[in-house]
Amino acid sequence: MSTKEVVKRLMHYVKPYAALLAGALVCAVIYVVMSLLSPVLIGEAVDGIIGPGQVDFAGIVRIALYLAFVLVAGGFFQWMMTLCTNKVCYRTVKDLRTEVFSRIIHVPLKFIDQNAHGNIINRIVNDVDAVSDGLLQGFTQLFTGVITILGTLGFMISINPWIALVVVALTPVSLVIATLIARGTHTTFLKQSRIQGELGGHVEEMLSGQKLVKLFGHEKASEEKLEEINQRLYVWGYKAQIYPAFTNPLTRFVNGLVYAAVGVAGALAAVRGVLTIGQLSCFLSYANQYTKPFNEVTGIMAQLQTAMAAARRLMALIDEPVEEEASSLQHLPEGKATISFKDVSFHYLPERPLIEHFNLEVQPGQRIAIVGPTGCGKTTLINLLMRFYDVVDGAITLGGVDIRTVSRDELRSHFGMVLQETWLTQATVAENIGYGKPGATREEIVAAAKSAHADSFIRRLPQGYDTVISENGGNLSQGQKQLLCIARVMLMDPPMLILDEATSNIDTMTELRVQKAFAAMVKGRTSFVVAHRLSTIKESDRILVMDQGHVVETGTHEDLLAQNGFYARLYRSQFEAQEKASA
Amino acid sequence: MKRLARFLKKYRFQVIAGPVFKLIEAIFELIVPLVMADMIDVGVAQGDIGYIWQRGGVLLLLGVVGLASSLTCQTLASRASQGVGTDLRRELFHHINTLSYRELDHFGTPSLITRMTGDINQMQTAVAMLIRLVVRAPFLVIGAVVMAMRIDLQLSLVFLAIVPLLSLALYVVMSRSVPFYKLIQRKLDRVSLITRENLSGARVVRAFRKQEEEERRFEGACVDLAENAIHIGKLSAVLSPFSFVIMNIGMIAILWFGGIRVNVGSLTQGEVVAFINYMTQILIALVVVANLVVIFTKAAASAARINEVFDTKPSIVEQTQVPVTPVAGAAKVSFCNVNFRYYQGAALALKDVNMDVPAGSLIGVIGGTGSGKSTLVSMIPRLYDVSDGQVMLDGVDVRNYPLSQLHDKVGMVPQGNLLFSGTIRENLRWRKPNATDEELWAALKDAQAESFVTALPDRLDSRVEQGGKNFSGGQKQRLTIARALVGEPGILILDDCSSALDYATDAALRKSLRRRAEHATVFMVSQRVSTVRGCDRILVMEDGEIVGSGTHAQLLESCPTYQEICMSQMNAEEAGA
Repeated sequence: MSTKEVVKRLMHYVKPYAALLAGALVCAVIYVVMSLLSPVLIGEAVDGIIGPGQVDFAGIVRIALYLAFVLVAGGFFQWMMTLCTNKVCYRTVKDLRTEVFSRIIHVPLKFIDQNAHGNIINRIVNDVDAVSDGLLQGFTQLFTGVITILGTLGFMISINPWIALVVVALTPVSLVIATLIARGTHTTFLKQSRIQGELGGHVEEMLSGQKLVKLFGHEKASEEKLEEINQRLYVWGYKAQIYPAFTNPLTRFVNGLVYAAVGVAGALAAVRGVLTIGQLSCFLSYANQYTKPFNEVTGIMAQLQTAMAAARRLMALIDEPVEEEASSLQHLPEGKATISFKDVSFHYLPERPLIEHFNLEVQPGQRIAIVGPTGCGKTTLINLLMRFYDVVDGAITLGGVDIRTVSRDELRSHFGMVLQETWLTQATVAENIGYGKPGATREEIVAAAKSAHADSFIRRLPQGYDTVISENGGNLSQGQKQLLCIARVMLMDPPMLILDEATSNIDTMTELRVQKAFAAMVKGRTSFVVAHRLSTIKESDRILVMDQGHVVETGTHEDLLAQNGFYARLYRSQFEAQEKASA
Repeated sequence: MKRLARFLKKYRFQVIAGPVFKLIEAIFELIVPLVMADMIDVGVAQGDIGYIWQRGGVLLLLGVVGLASSLTCQTLASRASQGVGTDLRRELFHHINTLSYRELDHFGTPSLITRMTGDINQMQTAVAMLIRLVVRAPFLVIGAVVMAMRIDLQLSLVFLAIVPLLSLALYVVMSRSVPFYKLIQRKLDRVSLITRENLSGARVVRAFRKQEEEERRFEGACVDLAENAIHIGKLSAVLSPFSFVIMNIGMIAILWFGGIRVNVGSLTQGEVVAFINYMTQILIALVVVANLVVIFTKAAASAARINEVFDTKPSIVEQTQVPVTPVAGAAKVSFCNVNFRYYQGAALALKDVNMDVPAGSLIGVIGGTGSGKSTLVSMIPRLYDVSDGQVMLDGVDVRNYPLSQLHDKVGMVPQGNLLFSGTIRENLRWRKPNATDEELWAALKDAQAESFVTALPDRLDSRVEQGGKNFSGGQKQRLTIARALVGEPGILILDDCSSALDYATDAALRKSLRRRAEHATVFMVSQRVSTVRGCDRILVMEDGEIVGSGTHAQLLESCPTYQEICMSQMNAEEAGA
């Protein structure tokens, strides 16, 4: 994406606030003119103070009044300028964030599964801020900076073009210095931040595993590695610091040069009578501040580059295609229906086919168990049924309707889902249970909690149903979280279920409750259960045995044992140990 | 902050010389308006062109010398600040490495990482500013006032009125707006929380068809953030125009009173110009002071966080470096009336635990979450010290062992399957840095990891990414087990580490551990009955107590808690089998 394109697209986000932005620019012009006027006025006043008995008090009063007006107006417009810029900035940031978020929420799950979440969060939080800092605030600063430079030159030329020429002649010096420093800063900064990243990585890795480091007595090796990076950081950190550190002294030096040159030239002009002392004083004020905007402008240039990079990343995110619905939507039959997999093939990566020509018919009310070793792709079936991913070939139908021809929302409203990785949102317990049914009454919520065997523990929480759950249920045990997830589905009362049994980390008492809740939920519903418990598996109407992404066997417990295949081996491997133990 | 001053000691020269050079530059800067006043009052007034050139030369000279000294100062400041940062990082990391589990639990990993990175960077900035600006900025303010007083005492009263007024304005605006920044941070945290939730819960959000509502929730958080930021903006936007106005009021006052003084002949025109120059200098310097206050407020908070770590002393201290000889005939591991709480005032995590474990036994530990299983086994390698009682290895209190000997004796696989970036070989050698490849392969074989490591193109030299991301859960688990087996530890502890293994692998692993138990003592912590039922002895934990101890069959008869666990995990027929 070219820079021009990025800017054009960003302008689109600024457009609603164009009036505010224009206001900010007008205020900036007025403010700059006012601030440049004050040295002129002061200079005029100085000209009225020539020597003993030669002081024009009336003139000073007149000028003081002007000055008072100028400074009040200047202050006011500076204030207004900041207010307008702030509004434009923060509102644009808000719009941009909302836009990116709305993409995230509608992109195919593939995108979310394949991208590091930390990165996406970084886009939404930091990149958006960088755009606002660099492009918007940077823009106004750049604008004021340029106006100040031009304005200063203008005023100086109007007072005395020859002395102004002296200033202009010295301008390239500050430009050259600023460019040189910016270039040096850029490369050393990159290097420094790379080493900083390396150091942060090492620290993060070691401290996350600090208990292991202690357990294995690995402290010394870990410290040696840190020291190695630390020393490199010292060298490059020093270089990266020294370049910008030289900016200020050098600018002050250039300022000093300009000041001295203006002083000498001005004084010589004053001797010849072409310049008054007041005008000289005014020139000196300008000279004192002349290089400041140059400095700022180069600083902003660097910021602009960062902002452009961030904007480009944001645009790429906004350009991610979202999930599309079929052009003509059909509807699913109400209630339970037959689910069929017809010659279904699926893969995440073309070079690694997973499910190939899979056929299955599930009658209403049947219970299907999906079993297999870890990482065998059990969740793939959930992904396909819920249309988190679409089949590559073949079709899944519900009551004869291809699920790709109905809207995702309608399809999903027919399924209740409880995943092993429980997910709760930072809200009250009641809000979490009512998540799937907006407007549910408290009675309904409590009833759902009761049928999920969650009511008793919820009542023991500090604020009962109004207890706020911290991020991802930090204040609840794994089992309690699972009960809440079950209650959430119970309240929705869907005709079909997709369940992922938890493997471990649930304490015994809660485990019993979770099992009871599962049993209550499954009753009378078509269900797909990713099963880890033998009892669940044995009670199913059909077992799908998966290995390395493939469905290798299907049938009832007895059928599969009789086949003496993968399932039988899996089953026996568990039993063998148990038999030996009790022998 | 004071206590971190010891880190400056090494850089005493830079810390003293830096500000001195800076001061030289500042003094020259203060002289400039005086030279200029001379140029006007003598040069211009008497039309002495030679004098004007000569004064111009002086200005140039002042500039050059000022530049030289300020560059020197910047160099010194960079050296010192980078040096302090480097030293702080090294020392803090070392100190963290001395801390024991108890202290690590107290701080938590993310907080320690922030202290190691962000907080130290903050200190680094503060040191640089200390050298560069702390002397300079106030000196310029005071210097400008003094110089003005030297020219004309009466007129300088204007300064004495303006400087406090400006300082007050700075103080009022800043003290009002700083607390708001914390509020803004909280609002921003909420924005990233909602983002994080929607990424980790993408499936649930979609399953419940809540996308539009989540969008509205996110927008609400963004609007809240934006409006609060705009509100604070209004406050801090006042500062700059306000100081502009105050300064110019000072200008008017100087012009008026200066006019009066010139009129009676006690002041010259050039001196009025000098006064105006000083006024500008003061304003610039005061803005710098305001920024300094912000930097040092932040640095003070960082310093406090860093000090908190330095002030934390490790609770587990080595009492001797001399290796201990085991007592003949003693139990391999024994717990004697052990009580333990994680911190003062917490509930007991272990209550009156007593046990003797003979060498060469396979011990299972089972119980619900929070029952104290992991706590129990952490006492053996002395990850925590008992609150009461004694834990003994080979008849000697673990507290009397040198830590290195203890680490040699005990191999442990903690929860979490953590691997580190490097190669498989590097990861496996953690317990024994000079282990041979044969030893590593033997460990891999016992850990059921041989087959998949053999299948990797680079075998032992295969890369492991941070956290072992490039391996599956089961593979990681097996590698962490192999890591603990290297060096043939006499005691092996596996803390719930077969949960990611399928049944077949789990069974094979148990078989090989049983073989190991012939010459080592093995503790297996698990929630799964199937994992522990083959053990020589099973310890059943509940609320920090051992409520049952015996074989599977014995416990099934006598221990209600064990029966309950069994019932929850298999049906009656299986449990009885």
